[in-house]
Amino acid sequence: MTTPSIQDSGDNDGGGNTARRLAVSGDLTMDHIAGIVGPLRAITPGGSALAIDLAGIGRIDTSGAWLIHRLVQDWTAAGVPATIENASGDADRLIAQVAANDNPVAIRAVHGNRAIERLDRIGRALYVAVENVGNFLAFLGQTLIVLGQTLIGRRPMRWNAFIHQCEAVGVNAIPIVGLLLFLVGMVVAQQGAVQLRAFGAEVFVVNLIGRSVMRELGILLTAIMVAGRSSSAFAAQIGSMKLNQEVDALHTIGMSPIEVLVVPRVIAMGLMLSMLGFFGSFMAILGGGLFCWISLDIPPVAFFQRLQEVTPLSDLVIGMIKAPIFGVVIAMMGCFQGMQVTGNAESVGERTTRAVVESIFVVIVLDAFFAVFFSALGFN
Amino acid sequence: MPGLGPTLDEDDAVIRVRGLVTGFGEQIIHDKLDLDVRKGEILGVVGGSGTGKSVLMRAIVGLQSTREGSIKVFGEETRDLDAAAAKDLRRRWGVMFQEGALFSSLSVAENIEVPMREFLDLPEPLMDELAGYKVTMVGLPVEAGPKFPSELSGGMKKRAGLARALSLDPLLLFLDEPTAGLDPISAAAFDELIKVLKETLGLTVFLITHDLDTLHAICDRVAVLADKKVLAVGTIPELLTFDHPWVREYFSGPRGRAAGAGKTKTMEPA
Repeated sequence: MTTPSIQDSGDNDGGGNTARRLAVSGDLTMDHIAGIVGPLRAITPGGSALAIDLAGIGRIDTSGAWLIHRLVQDWTAAGVPATIENASGDADRLIAQVAANDNPVAIRAVHGNRAIERLDRIGRALYVAVENVGNFLAFLGQTLIVLGQTLIGRRPMRWNAFIHQCEAVGVNAIPIVGLLLFLVGMVVAQQGAVQLRAFGAEVFVVNLIGRSVMRELGILLTAIMVAGRSSSAFAAQIGSMKLNQEVDALHTIGMSPIEVLVVPRVIAMGLMLSMLGFFGSFMAILGGGLFCWISLDIPPVAFFQRLQEVTPLSDLVIGMIKAPIFGVVIAMMGCFQGMQVTGNAESVGERTTRAVVESIFVVIVLDAFFAVFFSALGFN
Repeated sequence: MPGLGPTLDEDDAVIRVRGLVTGFGEQIIHDKLDLDVRKGEILGVVGGSGTGKSVLMRAIVGLQSTREGSIKVFGEETRDLDAAAAKDLRRRWGVMFQEGALFSSLSVAENIEVPMREFLDLPEPLMDELAGYKVTMVGLPVEAGPKFPSELSGGMKKRAGLARALSLDPLLLFLDEPTAGLDPISAAAFDELIKVLKETLGLTVFLITHDLDTLHAICDRVAVLADKKVLAVGTIPELLTFDHPWVREYFSGPRGRAAGAGKTKTMEPA
């Protein structure tokens, strides 16, 4: 194990020309050559000839052989004939091996004009965005056709898949949705109580809980929770099936992937989100009621009596109208992103992220739309 | 059956496995398995599906926990190594996985440079030159360097995986089914490549394969995995005399005979 070194000497042949002689010694292996790369390459080719003396080298590997090979190449290219002397059999063999594989290989992608590249990227992003919208419309159309055909009985309903999905997105989500909404109910009651206490109107906390939860928070928070939980799962499941060519296999067997994979998920999600939303609203009211009982001394009987008086039935109906729509949208976003997976596993991750972000975004936009819509209809 | 045992008498085995027991849950994969790999040889490992060829490789490189037994690589007991020694050991071997296992977010050249960046302190231009050399060495086209794994065909991924495994000039190379899924021409070229690399770089190669042509073309010795052990190790002519139903079926079945015949045919003109 010796660090390599170079000895540079010149033999004057009398005619003003100098034959250079580089004696390299030490181990020419990857671990050791870092120190001599710089000095070796810094020597400017000159003189009448170069002799590289390898008598002093210890071990050599392809990196060392490459270094010597390049040295010969560079000097020869500069018009100075270079030769290798006193190389061992191993060194000779390795140098011949690397020489045989010396090609101008591209290492990095070549960058063009930065401004043009930026424009190129913007153009591509725009193109992809438009294409994505087109793809989504196509997917939406296909799904609606198959969904309609399934509902009127012209296509078989995949009951097994449907029940399985109901369990996965609905039943299994009960604990987390219940806990989340219970806590949110308590927080709304607590924050409301703090503000309303200033007016001595703490009893209006019941109005606050009843109306906000039944109409907005119960369904919206459940939908966001389910979007995070299940649209990602849909995208990942269908995406990995696509990578694994399972979707292609369905096609070739003569089964429609939309019918087998998408429609059961969409129907299950629509149904389950309605039920989960109802359950979640109930849990939020329970949480708020518990806070009122413990902290504001409003007994449960009085709480529910007041809740009945101040919460119109329309709030529940509005909530129950929104829930299945949110469910269908979330399921479609998840399945759509799964169907868009191509290429490699990285694409699954990217599409899964997009499924979550976009489905939550769309749910909130739709919720805002519904708020305006129902207000305009006179349901305040 | 002298001469076909899995152990060697000499002491210079690069890999020495003794009494290896591995398994998953109730299922035992290897039961008291012994195997030696000689320095500078290409050892082919064959066996039916599910006999634990890949598990054996994973156990040797430390990806699979073992229940009993000793595995020595370069004379060091892999289980007892501390972190620094284990890292040093990993620097001296290269592993090529079946599908290449390239890092999908890095280009081919960057993949090849990963071990160099981790272990060495080389100037950037030299690293690029060496990566370029490895690209050519494994037979990838010159424009392959900046490409990402998703843009490569299966065979190119394998070659790029091999280039990464060879990045640090390892002394020992593990190959998991290098020719599976390649067309016969590419497979033959890959065989030739491994043989050339072994001869020029002095590699020791641990090669898992189902490819009878590969076995005939490049393997110095072949180890047969069956009945949870290494049943026999030897050259193919030696194994032909070995009396075990699976071994006989494997080498003397129609495919085995065809591969053997191909071998002798190509040998004649030479």
